[in-house]
Amino acid sequence: MALTLMKGSEAIAEAAIRAGARFFFGYPITPQTEIPEYMSARMPEVGGCFLQAESEVAAINMVYGAAGTGARVITSSSSPGVSLKQEGISYCAGAQLPCVILNVMRGGPGLGNIQASQGDYMQGVKGGGNGDYHLLTYAPSSVQEAIDIMMFAFEKAEKYRMPVLFLADGIIAQMMEPVEMPEMVDYKVDPEKKPWACTGWKPGDDPAKRGVINSIYIDTESLSIHNEHLQAIYAEARANEQMWENYKTEDAEYIITAFGTVARIAKTAIDELREQGVKVGLFRPISVWPYPYDAMRETICREQVKGVLDVEVNEGQMLEDVKLGLEGAKPIRFFGHYGSEFPTTDEIKNEILKMKEGK
Amino acid sequence: MSVVFERTKLLTDKQFHYCPGCNHGIIHRLVAESIDELVQEGKLEAGNVMGVAPVGCSVFAYDYFNCDMYEAAHGRAPAVATGAKRARPNTIFFTYQGDCDLASIGTAEIVHAAHRGEKFVTIFVNNAIYGMTGGQMAPTTLVGQKTTTSPYGRDEAWCGAPIRIAEMLSTIPGSYYIERCACNNNANIIKTKKAIKKAFQYQLEGKGFCLIEVLSTCPTNWGLSPVEAMTWLEENMIPYYPLGVKKDKGAE
Ligand SMILES: Cc1ncc(C[n+]2csc(CCOP(=O)(O)OP(=O)(O)O)c2C)c(N)n1
Ligand code: SF4
Ligand SMILES: [Mg+2]
Repeated sequence: MALTLMKGSEAIAEAAIRAGARFFFGYPITPQTEIPEYMSARMPEVGGCFLQAESEVAAINMVYGAAGTGARVITSSSSPGVSLKQEGISYCAGAQLPCVILNVMRGGPGLGNIQASQGDYMQGVKGGGNGDYHLLTYAPSSVQEAIDIMMFAFEKAEKYRMPVLFLADGIIAQMMEPVEMPEMVDYKVDPEKKPWACTGWKPGDDPAKRGVINSIYIDTESLSIHNEHLQAIYAEARANEQMWENYKTEDAEYIITAFGTVARIAKTAIDELREQGVKVGLFRPISVWPYPYDAMRETICREQVKGVLDVEVNEGQMLEDVKLGLEGAKPIRFFGHYGSEFPTTDEIKNEILKMKEGK
Repeated sequence: MSVVFERTKLLTDKQFHYCPGCNHGIIHRLVAESIDELVQEGKLEAGNVMGVAPVGCSVFAYDYFNCDMYEAAHGRAPAVATGAKRARPNTIFFTYQGDCDLASIGTAEIVHAAHRGEKFVTIFVNNAIYGMTGGQMAPTTLVGQKTTTSPYGRDEAWCGAPIRIAEMLSTIPGSYYIERCACNNNANIIKTKKAIKKAFQYQLEGKGFCLIEVLSTCPTNWGLSPVEAMTWLEENMIPYYPLGVKKDKGAE
């Protein structure tokens, strides 16, 4: 297949359409406004619906409405807007509605800035809304990877009846890369496959098949049964949906842990360090929920590994998962920038060299 | 023997949980009957109607209306209905919302649903109070009315005068038909049903946003008997919230 040069945000939007998304609801916010702009032009071409909502609160509730009919629905925003969506995301999780939510992260807290950041890891992975729920959460580190994940995101969302969250950063949305765009998927709502959806039940039909999109379970017992059911689904997703990448870890004495765009910078640092004879590798979670704890342990808890360097553009949010997974087995050093300043290869190299020298 | 009267098909067998004298039950019945009649008249295909329940005393409306239903977050029913309607443009949708749901936490969603001219019907039940949470002051609470968060009576200088939603939404170009009704006597109940049915008829014709505001009682939180509550509604609510058609583009 031919490669085309595409801007990240447009490539991600096109991939969503190719994956069968026909409904987009969103509200403009930098650095992802190109996504709604692209959708507004493209959706009518494929018989889909683009609607600019009055707020992110409304947008996610429109997602709730459209996803309840069984359609493939997507919304996109950036950090402050994703904060506003948390109420609706919790309702989607509670009502078990498959949908896709994009967070093109920017600097925070508050209004922060409009540059790329990784400051919403906790919000995405540990649950930003109320209640015991999880989202299948992916952190792509290239435009192609974002496209590839999008192509299975709806299927996973439907299989587990869970919302899928993309934790991307402004760099992925803004950069241009050569990509391979997959073929269009032919998706149609099939009431047999989505018996829970609102597809036109009428009096006289089997009462058990009436569509009720709902997250309220008023008595203690039924809410606890509902939560047990959700937890069983999350356990299955934990068992089957972990994704990660190992880069030059086989003989590595130092392992860098990083996600998203930062992992790409780390790779360059690793190549340069290896030229100097320093054996460094990268462990990169692609699914950040479920976090690939076992794979990380297998990679890192080996004789020759002397230490771990976790690099992020936040105050060490994924670091907590790295620590949780390693349970103190190896020394961990953290290097991070706040806000939206990205680490340079030299800075990362420096940190590894300091570790090597025992500093 | 021919059947002259039966339970409307659009209500399930589930027993209402509403307090004695509460108007929610009457209003449910009017909505269900209107839809049922449109089905019987061959204007609406059975199964082609869906509703969105709010957060409030009518939170369990999804258990009562015998069709596909949503339960929305507090105030978000118009956004939910917007998404659902866009996905099923040929299906008739309605939202059923209380006054705090619609006129307080959900004002943005209802204003913009009207603004976009969304093609669904909103049944807006105004009882001038937060029923479900135990009688707090609403944006629709009358000046001087005592509630659990306005124990000295609503003070206009402190927190404004009540919002007249029907009038407000009529000023929005996208709204098509807006009427305020009440269920305080038989004549008004019949009028309410006519209004609700007309709103659904407009939806069948693909017309814009329709809202029927129904003034309603909350004997429990008003601290009145059902009969006293009805009198209170007549003497206090109707003068401030005048009944009647506020806008009807179809009649223009
Ligand atoms: C986000 C959020 N805030 C507050 C509540 C609590 N709450 C539940 S019902 C309700 C008031 C509903 O009143 P109204 O819409 O007037 O309906 P009524 O009960 O009077 O019919 C409130 C504040 C909630 N469920 N969700
Ligand atoms: S509390 Fe008020 S509104 Fe709620 S069911 Fe009782 S009477 Fe009706
Ligand atoms: Mg009320």
